[in-house]
Amino acid sequence: MSGGTPGHSGSVPPPRATRRPGLRVGGSGRRALTIAVVSTVVVFGVLAWLVVNAPGWEQVRRSFLDGENFVRSAPGIIARFGVNVRLFLIAEVLILVLGLVLAVLRGLSGPVFYPIRLLATVWVDLFRALPGVLVIYVLGFGIPGLRLPGVPNDPFFWGVVALTLVYSSYVSEVYRAGIDSVHPSQAAAARSLGMSQAQALRFVVLPQAVRRVIPPLLNDFIGLQKDTVLVSFIGVVEIFRQSQIRQSASFNFTPYLVTALVFLVVTIPMARITDWLVARERDRTYATAIGAAGANARRGRLWSGF
Amino acid sequence: MTTTVRAPLLIQGLHKSFGPLEVLRGIDLEVAEHEVVCLIGASGSGKSTLLRCINLIESIDAGRIVVEGEEITADGVDVDRIRRRIGIVFQAFNLFPHMSVLENVTLAPRRVLRTGREKAEEQATALLDQFGLADKRLDYPDRLSGGQQQRVAIVRALAMKPDLLLLDEVTSALDPELIAEVLNVIRKLAAEGMTMVIATHEMGFARDIANRIVFLDEGQILEEGPPDRIFREPREARTREFLQRIIEAGRL
Repeated sequence: MSGGTPGHSGSVPPPRATRRPGLRVGGSGRRALTIAVVSTVVVFGVLAWLVVNAPGWEQVRRSFLDGENFVRSAPGIIARFGVNVRLFLIAEVLILVLGLVLAVLRGLSGPVFYPIRLLATVWVDLFRALPGVLVIYVLGFGIPGLRLPGVPNDPFFWGVVALTLVYSSYVSEVYRAGIDSVHPSQAAAARSLGMSQAQALRFVVLPQAVRRVIPPLLNDFIGLQKDTVLVSFIGVVEIFRQSQIRQSASFNFTPYLVTALVFLVVTIPMARITDWLVARERDRTYATAIGAAGANARRGRLWSGF
Repeated sequence: MTTTVRAPLLIQGLHKSFGPLEVLRGIDLEVAEHEVVCLIGASGSGKSTLLRCINLIESIDAGRIVVEGEEITADGVDVDRIRRRIGIVFQAFNLFPHMSVLENVTLAPRRVLRTGREKAEEQATALLDQFGLADKRLDYPDRLSGGQQQRVAIVRALAMKPDLLLLDEVTSALDPELIAEVLNVIRKLAAEGMTMVIATHEMGFARDIANRIVFLDEGQILEEGPPDRIFREPREARTREFLQRIIEAGRL
C-alpha cells in the first residue's frame, strides 16, 4: 500500500473518491450496483422461465424435485454420510503419510537405494494406472474370498485400503512436484551448515514443498471424498447406497439430489477455507505477494467473492 | 612444518572440471589463522568453484584440501562434521523463506550441535544484536532488505562458530547503497580475527581488508601477495589488464 495518490504525502489522507477510481467509472457506485442487480435478476429470471416452461418440465420436477420425497429420505441419507466421512478421514491420514513416504523414497539418491526407488516407482505407476473401482473390487471381494486366516473380510476395511493405495500414488506425485520446486540452493545452504541430507529434507525442503502443494492436495482430497461412494460396490451401505435404496423404493430420483447437495455443502466451504489458509500463510511469509486473497485473509474473511 | 600442518586451510594441486570444462587447474593455497584472503579475478575464473570445493559442496577431481591437519577430501570423511567447522555465505543469501530470522539462525545449532532451544535463541539473539538485527529477529526473510538478508545469512553461518568462513561474492546481488552495511559486518569479523576466504568484485574493500590478495585467472592462481603490491605493482600482464578494466569500470 503506497498510501494514495502521489501528490498526497504527509498526514492528510487523500479524499476517498480519488483513492478508489474504479467505482467512479460509468456513473456513481450506487448506479452501477443497481444496473448489476437488475441485469442479473432479468437474465436469471428469463432462464428460469425458459426451464419451467420447457416441455417435459413437469416430469423432471416430479422425478427429481419431489419435496415430500426429499423431506422423507433426507434424514436417513444424511445419517449414512457418516460412513463416507469415516472412510475419507481415515484414508486421507494414511494417504498423506504414505504419499509422502513414497515421494521421499523416490527421491533417494545413490545406487544403494535403486531397488527402493524402483519399488516406489512401480507402486505409483501401478496404482495410478488402475481404475479405482477395479482395485476396490479385487480387494473387497477377492481377498475375503481367499478365506485366509487372520485376514479381515470387512468391506469397510478393504475400502479404506483400496482408496489409500490408489490415492497415495497421486498424492506422492503431488509431493514430488513440490519437493522438486524447492530450489537446490536451499538444500545446499542447509548442508553447508552441517545438516545431514535427512535433516535438510525434513527441516528445509519438505516444509516449503508441502506449503506449496496444499491446493493440489486439497484437490485430491475432494476427489477422495467423492470416490468413497465407490466402496458401495463391495457392500458398504454409505450415502450413495442409501440413496439408491430410497430411489428404488420410491421410483423417484430425489434421493440422489439429497446426496448431491451433501457433497456440495461439504466440499465448497472446504475449498474456501483452504484458499484462506494458503493466503494467510503467504501473507505472513512474503512481503510481495499480497493479492486480493491475502488482503481478505488479513481481514479474516473466508469468502473472497467473485 | 607444524604451522603448515595446523593451518586452517591448505590446498594442494586442486583440479575440478565440469564435464569437458576444467574450472580449477592446479590450485595451491594456504591460509593462516586469522588471515583474510581475498580471491579476485574475472567471472568464470574459478573463485566460486574454489569456495564450493572447500565447503565440499562440489567434489574435486584431483588434489587435496586439508583443514587444521585433517584431509577433508579423503575418502570416508564425515562431510557434515567438516562443514560444521567451515561456514559459507552465498551471493544469493539462500535464507530459509519459511522461517523467521531467529529460526534461520538457530536451526543448525539446534539440530546439528544439539544446543537447547533457549540457549540457541539466546546466542542467536546476541549475535543478531551485534550485527544490528535484533529488532528483525521475528521477521521473515522476504520482509527484509537485501543487505539485512545478507547480514542474517552471515549471522546464520557464525552461529555454528566456524573456524573458517567462506564468503562467495556476498555483495554482488545487492543494490549499491546496501553494500556498505554488509562490508562493515565483514570488516568487523576481520577485526575480531575470523579466518576468511572472500571471493569479491569489490576491489576497494579487498584492498582494505585483505592480508593477501589472490588473483585467479582461468582456474589458476596467477599472482598473489599483499594488497599494496598487487594493486600498485602487479607483476603479471593479465593482472594488470584485469585491474585496468576494473579501474575503467569505476570499481576501484
